[in-house]
Amino acid sequence: MSFELIKPGININFMGKRYIFLGLSVAVMCICLGAIAFKGLTMGIDFAGGLLIQARFTEQVTPDNIRQALDEAGLPTPSVQGFGEDGDNEYLINLQGDEELESDVARESTLNQRVTDSLMSFFGEDKVEIRRVEMVGPRVGQDLRQKAMSALYYSILMILIYISGRFEHKWGTSAVLVGALLGALYVASLLGISMVYLIILAVVVTVILCYTLKFEYALGAILALLHDVIITVGVFALLDKEITLSFVAAILTIAGYSLNDTIIIYDRIREHVQKSRKGDYAEIINRSVNETLSRTVLTSGSTLMVVLALYLFGGAVNQDFALALLIGIGVGTWSSIFVSAPALLFWSRPPKADGTNGAPAASAA
Amino acid sequence: MDNKSLKWRIGVVALVLLFSTALVLPTFVDNLPSWWPKKKVSLGLDLKGGIHLVMGADLNVVLQNTAARQAEELRRALAEKSITAISVAKGEGLEIAAEFPDESAMKEAEALLKDNFGNLTILRRPAANRLVLTMTEAEIRTVKEMTARQALETIRNRVDMFGVAEPDIRPQGEDRIVIQLPGMDDPKRAVALIGKTALLEFKLVDRDRTPEWAQVNGVPAGMELQYGREIARDGSEVRVPYLLRKQSLMTGEGLVDARVSRGQFNEPQVAITFDSRGARQFERVTGEYTGYRMAIVLDNMVYSAPNINERIGGGRAVISGAFSEDEARDLAVALRAGALPAPVSVLEERTVGPTLGADSIQMGLRAGVIGLGLVLVFMAVYYRWSGVVADAALLFNFPIILAVLATFGATLTLPGIFGLILTLGMAVDANVLVFERIREEIRSGKTPKAAVGAGFGRAFWTVFDSNLTTLITALVLYQFGSGPIRGFAVTLSVGILSSMFTALFFSRVVFDTALSGRRAERLSI
Repeated sequence: MSFELIKPGININFMGKRYIFLGLSVAVMCICLGAIAFKGLTMGIDFAGGLLIQARFTEQVTPDNIRQALDEAGLPTPSVQGFGEDGDNEYLINLQGDEELESDVARESTLNQRVTDSLMSFFGEDKVEIRRVEMVGPRVGQDLRQKAMSALYYSILMILIYISGRFEHKWGTSAVLVGALLGALYVASLLGISMVYLIILAVVVTVILCYTLKFEYALGAILALLHDVIITVGVFALLDKEITLSFVAAILTIAGYSLNDTIIIYDRIREHVQKSRKGDYAEIINRSVNETLSRTVLTSGSTLMVVLALYLFGGAVNQDFALALLIGIGVGTWSSIFVSAPALLFWSRPPKADGTNGAPAASAA
Repeated sequence: MDNKSLKWRIGVVALVLLFSTALVLPTFVDNLPSWWPKKKVSLGLDLKGGIHLVMGADLNVVLQNTAARQAEELRRALAEKSITAISVAKGEGLEIAAEFPDESAMKEAEALLKDNFGNLTILRRPAANRLVLTMTEAEIRTVKEMTARQALETIRNRVDMFGVAEPDIRPQGEDRIVIQLPGMDDPKRAVALIGKTALLEFKLVDRDRTPEWAQVNGVPAGMELQYGREIARDGSEVRVPYLLRKQSLMTGEGLVDARVSRGQFNEPQVAITFDSRGARQFERVTGEYTGYRMAIVLDNMVYSAPNINERIGGGRAVISGAFSEDEARDLAVALRAGALPAPVSVLEERTVGPTLGADSIQMGLRAGVIGLGLVLVFMAVYYRWSGVVADAALLFNFPIILAVLATFGATLTLPGIFGLILTLGMAVDANVLVFERIREEIRSGKTPKAAVGAGFGRAFWTVFDSNLTTLITALVLYQFGSGPIRGFAVTLSVGILSSMFTALFFSRVVFDTALSGRRAERLSI
C-alpha cells in the first residue's frame, strides 16, 4: 500500500474543541493587533525614505569604527547593523533624514557619495567594497507608499469580490453585495478618505454585508484571510522587522494563498451538505475537515518546505521576505482548519438541516 | 477519454515541450543558427549588478524662466509697435504684470496679445490700465512635455557617449526619468555625468560694485552672487565671489561642438563652437558690452570671467578654469550632448555591486535546488509512480516559464527567482489534490481508470479556483509593483498558469497513456 501520513479513516474532533482553537487564534490576533497599534511598524527605506549602504570590509571593523568615519566627515550618525555571517565584516549602514537625500546633483555630491567617500578615506580605498546602495528620496518614498497601498487595496477588494461570488452560488445576491461594496467605497473615496481607511472600510462593509446576507462561507473565508494577514504583520511588528516593498508582495501572496486550503475544505463541506440533507452540521464540518486533512497538510507542507529552504539558504537580502511567507503560509494552514471551518458554526444554521438551529458543540461520530 | 483525444493531447504536450525548449535555448547556448529566435531571459540589475536611478527634473524652474522670457518678449514687441507701457514684468508664480498709461495703449496692447501672444492669457485686471497675464494651460503643458522630452533625449545622448552596454532609459510620470545602467559600478561618475545640467550661461559682471560690497550691503535687485573655483598657489581650492547680473546674456543653446583643448600652459580647457545663430548672438552681445567682464557660468559655477576686449565673431569661445583632465572630458561630453533643460535631482538610486549580484544568483539557485529537491523526493516517496509523474510535471514548468519570460522580454530578478521557486513549490499542490482524490475514489472501489478520470475531473475546479486568487494578487502586484517586485509578480503569475497546465493537462496525459490499452488493475499512487 501507499504511504499515508494521515490515515484515511482519521477522525479528530476538531469541532468539539473549537473554542480552544478559536480562543488561541483570537488571543494571538489580539497580541498582534496590540503590537501593531502600540509598538508600531518599522518602515523600511522603501517607504520612509533614507539611505542604505551595504559595505564589506577586508579587515576587522566594528560598527563604532563606521560611525566614527561618518562623524569625522560631518555626516549624521547612522545605524549600523552586521550583515550575513559574523566573520564577513559586512555591514548595513542606514541613514534617515529627508532633506539631505534629494540633492541637486549639479550643485553638490549626493549623500551616498559623501558617505562612500568618508568610508574610503577613513578605512582606505582598497579596504572597502560597496556592495549595495539603496537611496529612496522622500518623493519616491511617498510614491512607493501610495503604490503599495493601492496594491493592497485593489487586491483585497478583488479577493473580497471573488470570495463573495465564489462560495455562494447566488450570483444575484452576490452582485447586490458587490454593488453595495463598490458604492460604499466610491462614496468614501469622494470624501477623500485615506487608503488605509478605505481598506479597513472595504473589509468591514464586506463582513457586515456577508453577515446580513447570510454568506457564511464567504464570511468564514474573509475571517481566515484577516487572521493570516494580521498575524503576519503583527509578528513583523513584534520582531521589529522592517516593512518593505517585498513585505507587501509577501502579504499579497499570503492573501492569495491563504484561501487555497479554505476553498478545499469548504468545497467538501458543501458536497456533503448537498448529499446528506440530514445530519448534524458540526459533524458534517468535522468529517469534511478530517477527509481533507491529508491534502491540507500535504499541500501546505510542500510549499512550506520550499519557503523554509528560501528562508534558510536564499541569502540575507530577501530573508525577511521568506520569513513573511513562512509565517503567513504556516498560519494560513492553521486558520483554514481551526478558524474558517468552525467559523461556519458561529453564524450559520445548517442549510436545511431539520430543526437544529445553530450549532450545539457536537462530538463527531 | 478515447484514444483519438489522447493522441491529440499528446501532440499538444509534445508541441509545448518543443517550442518552450527552442525558446529557452538562446539563453543558455550561444552559437545557434541565425534563423533561431534570439530572445533571452534578461537578468535584473539586482542579479547582474548595475545602477538604477530615478531622476526628477525641476519643471517649475523651466516654467519660471519661460514666463520671464515671455515678459521680455512682450516688452520688446510693445516697444517695436510703439505702444507705451509703464512696466511689463514677471510677477508672482507664472504671472506677468503690465501697466499702461491710458486705456487706448492698453487696448492696443490687448490687440497685440491676441494676435501674437496666443500662449498668454489675461488672468485678471487688478485696476484700471493694468493687466495680469499668465501662460495658458496648453502652453504650460507644452513647455512641460517639451522639457521632459528634451531632458530624456539629453540623458540618452550622454549615456550613449559614455558607452554603457544596454542602458534602459525611460520617462516616468510627467517629470521623472528612470535610468538603468547594467554592469556599471561607478555610481559617482554616472550620477555626475547624467545629472550635470551643463547649463552654460554668459553673464555680465557688475562694473560698479565689488562682490565684497554686496556681501556686506546685500545683493542689489537684478543681481546675484556666484562663486568660482580657483586653485591657490599652495594648491588649495579657494572660492572666489562674483557679483553678476541675474539675466544671462546668452546660453549654450546654440552650441554645436565642445572638445578638450590645451591652453597657454598646456592646461586642459574646453573649446566650444556655436551654430550660425548662436554665433550672431555672441557677436552682438560681445559688441554691445565691449569693455565689460563676461562671466562664463556653468551650472551656477563661474569658470572664468574674461574681459570683453572687442566684438567676437566666428562663434568660438574657450572655457578655461581649474579642470582636471577627466573633468574637462566629461564636461565636453555633457556640453556636446546638450544642456539639460531643467535642473535634475536624484530621487532614487539603487546600486548593486557585481559580486553581490553573483552571490544572489548562487544563493537563489541553492535555495531552489534544496527546496525543490525536497519536494521532488517527497512526492516520489509518497506517491511512488504517480509522484514521479508529478515530479516530471513540476520540472516541465522550467522550460515553459523561462520560454515565456524570454518571449515577452521579461526580466528575471532575485524576487523573481523566489517567485519561481515558490510557484513550483505550489505547483505540486494541484497534483496532491488530484492524487488524494484518486486515492479516495480507489478506496471507494473504483477501477484505477475511473478513479483517475474522477480525480482529475473533480479536482479541476478546485485547483482552478484556488490558483485564481493567487493569480489575482500577482496581477495587482504587477500593476503596482516596481522593478524587482514586478519580477516576482511575473514569475508568480506565469508560474501559476504554467503549473496548472502541467499538473492538470500534462499529468493527465501521462496517466491516460499509462492506463490506455491494457486493463490496469493497480495504480501506483
